[in-house]
Amino acid sequence: MTVSRRRFLRTWGALIVSVHAGSLCDRLAIAQGPFDTHPSHIDPTKLDSWIAVSGDGTVTAFTGKCDFGQGMLTAQTQLVAEELCVAIERVKLIQSDTAISPDEGTTSGSQSTPTNFNSRNLAQAAATAREALLQMAAQKLGLPLEQLTVVDGVVHSPDGRTIRYEQLIAGERFAIPVSPTAKRRSPEEWTVLGKAIPSLERVALMTGAFEFVHTLRVPGMLHGRVVRPPAMGAKLVGLDENSLQDIPGIIKLVTRENFVGIVAETQWQAIQAARQLKVKWKAGSALPAQRTFFATLRQLPSRDRLIVDSEDVELAMTRASSRLEATYSYPYQMHGSLGTSCAVAHVANGQATVWSATQSAYPTRSIVASLLGLPLEKVRVVYVRGSGCYGLNGADAVSFDAALLSHAVGRPVRVQLSRQDEMAWENFGSPCVIDQRAGIDSSGNILAWECENWTASRGGRPGYDQPGNVITGMLLGFKSENVQPGAAEKPAGALRNRDNAVPSYMAGCVQGSCTGLGGIRSERVMSHMVASPFFTGPLRSPIRLQNTFAHECFMDELAAQAQADPVDFRLRHLRHERMADAVRAAARAAAWESRPSPRGRVSLRGQITGRGIACVGYEGDNGYAALVAEVLVDLEAGRISPLKFFLALDCGPISNPDGLRNQSEGGILQGMSRTLVEEVTWNQMRITSTDWETYSSLHLDIEVPAIEIQLINRLGVPATGAGETAITLVAASIGNALFDATGARLREVPFTAERLRAGLAQRSH
Amino acid sequence: MTKLSLNVNGNWHALDVDPATPLLFVLADELGLRGPKFGCGMAQCGSCTVIIDGKIVRSCVMPVGAVGRDQVLTLEGLGRPDNPHPIQQAFIDENATQCGFCLSGVVLTAKAVLDAKPEASEQEMREALGGVLCRCFAHVRIMRAIMKYARTRKP
Ligand code: FES
Ligand code: FES
Repeated sequence: MTVSRRRFLRTWGALIVSVHAGSLCDRLAIAQGPFDTHPSHIDPTKLDSWIAVSGDGTVTAFTGKCDFGQGMLTAQTQLVAEELCVAIERVKLIQSDTAISPDEGTTSGSQSTPTNFNSRNLAQAAATAREALLQMAAQKLGLPLEQLTVVDGVVHSPDGRTIRYEQLIAGERFAIPVSPTAKRRSPEEWTVLGKAIPSLERVALMTGAFEFVHTLRVPGMLHGRVVRPPAMGAKLVGLDENSLQDIPGIIKLVTRENFVGIVAETQWQAIQAARQLKVKWKAGSALPAQRTFFATLRQLPSRDRLIVDSEDVELAMTRASSRLEATYSYPYQMHGSLGTSCAVAHVANGQATVWSATQSAYPTRSIVASLLGLPLEKVRVVYVRGSGCYGLNGADAVSFDAALLSHAVGRPVRVQLSRQDEMAWENFGSPCVIDQRAGIDSSGNILAWECENWTASRGGRPGYDQPGNVITGMLLGFKSENVQPGAAEKPAGALRNRDNAVPSYMAGCVQGSCTGLGGIRSERVMSHMVASPFFTGPLRSPIRLQNTFAHECFMDELAAQAQADPVDFRLRHLRHERMADAVRAAARAAAWESRPSPRGRVSLRGQITGRGIACVGYEGDNGYAALVAEVLVDLEAGRISPLKFFLALDCGPISNPDGLRNQSEGGILQGMSRTLVEEVTWNQMRITSTDWETYSSLHLDIEVPAIEIQLINRLGVPATGAGETAITLVAASIGNALFDATGARLREVPFTAERLRAGLAQRSH
Repeated sequence: MTKLSLNVNGNWHALDVDPATPLLFVLADELGLRGPKFGCGMAQCGSCTVIIDGKIVRSCVMPVGAVGRDQVLTLEGLGRPDNPHPIQQAFIDENATQCGFCLSGVVLTAKAVLDAKPEASEQEMREALGGVLCRCFAHVRIMRAIMKYARTRKP
């Protein structure tokens, strides 16, 4: 962001190739997935779109996957250094700047590693660049390529001659396509990738030198604040400009449909004005009661999806010697970024630049262009890191806010949301209700399993053309993507378990092909999506966490019913080796003692401990993990304190073990906070959890449980995601440990003292 | 508007501001500092933490007019990238962060506690950090870094 467009054009002008949209779109349309590259003016099929070697030997790499604290800056820099055989200090990574980086859609869903670290995109481009450079060297030196070696950007021949990359290419373009056959360096050869390199930005972070979008200051910059409506569906009736009379520095009051914003000279003036402005709203629609919300969910018109159905579940149930049913519920939760969302925009003279912490730079560019009525090529979105987001926080909405306000005044405007606006209007993590039903035979095998889940959704990522999916767009009058009710069709095609709706123990058979991780063949999974009263959007391990909580706790209930040890019982029903290995590794690390749960006689008072396990094949096949929790339960106080976690994680070849541990530690503790205390609340009209007193989060005063992590570094398989795997298991592992300790089964998150007491009271003595 | 002088990280600044302005906005907008950041504006999270006269202050709720002659210390005033303060060095060594937005609250609170009581126990440190949030939950490394630095301070 400190690089001006002009300077960039000077330095990298050659890279900014305008391709006629038509032909390129046609060619790439077929290959597009939601996380893959998209056609743009930076052609992802060309090597120069990804890699440039400058005159001093510095390598610049352009990526569409960005770092928001999860370690992608460091890991991608390692990747490029490794493939090009240069020292890591010589690689500069440019993340998601629509003027110069390829369009890789959104950085989300644990897809950055699969997308950029396997045999496509950034990794493949870097490998192509190395081969191309070696080819040039071979020609210059008159030797076959195989005889050459590279050390830190210097090509060596057996006869002692050397030639540097910059002598081969300096400043020039490669002008070749990314080769699909360029050979990646194998993990056995890695010297940079796979190493525990600490995050490259840490010194700047620790000393307050790091530039966040929040700290970005542009010359001539003004400050904006928005005024959100009091409730969903409220309509702007009018406002009283005179109510701001005593506040100096007001530049402009901006309204458009139901959008209201203020631009002022200083941040403090903008804040005071936003608080003081008298606005008349027509009340919105009443909200469904929170107390009965999970029951309401089941009754709303739904879009149904049958994911697997062996059509013999009922029959198999009749053969079962015992049957079990249970219902699990999971509330709305928040991203709750520590810094409220912030963006800076400069719209003037028919062009716009937006500095944004969005996970979706290119999609944001499309939306800003359409909101402002500008041609796409006149809008540039530059990614600048914000506060950790954990999914779709307010970063997209505030980018639109800033663009609108800057557009209204023709000067750069910085907008940062208030804490209340952030929390009342973000796209919450979806609530879920999940019914489980299974039958077991007399020797303790699960004969049939059926689950049915209900989840609520409204809006989501705005993508390239759905501004109404977040608050700003809705206020401007755009529709949000909403659930279209419809009946389920028969499952067809290959099993897609992206939501982890299918438990790991099912065979997952669709039209004769069985790609589930388990062996249960009488299986049925139905999901229902209903319209949510609030915006929802991806929150770290979206729906997967909710489903896994229900599946892994219910699996524990089944183990208890069969009087089997929870680890043995799981292994008995798993077919997938990597999944089973993770379970065994976590159990081994925890010195798991084989016995059924609960651990003993039901105690009524005092403090007791227990252990529980949970496992998941994240999104079905995007990483495998198992987590053992040890918890201490204080029966009188109704307090659950996790003491220890043991994680075993297999995400293929590891790019950076330290980064992976850091992510997993954070994921486990964030999962603990979400399991124990986090829940969005509302009354008849509006969200009531709008700050850190009304929305609980664990603070830094908790007794931090010990976390032991077994990394299973599996080479020879594709690299998978890992940022969301650990968190997916936390609620289930704590729930199972709690059951082991006390015999109480909590089926609703968060595990509050009140729910714990109710659970304890319900135990059979 | 009122003319004020403010001592930040050892330097005096002449300002012409509304004395009711929260100190945070003066530091961030007038002086261009990057350490203290707006997280809540309600003294609930710690992102805006500075140290004034040895005390932990939430600059989001402290009017700049109330600071007076005392020195305001921010995260960047503690040490520089090429010469970090030992507590910053401990955080660097432990790679104790994820997004890093919480660091003013975390690092400055810990430093102020140990300045006042070098022998503070882990329990006391935790209590002092009760009002500080890290939503990335980098707790494991944060506590490790703090206690590592604390050991060097033990009398
Ligand atoms: S911003 Fe000051 S405590 Fe949160
Ligand atoms: S590291 Fe992100 S809030 Fe602490």
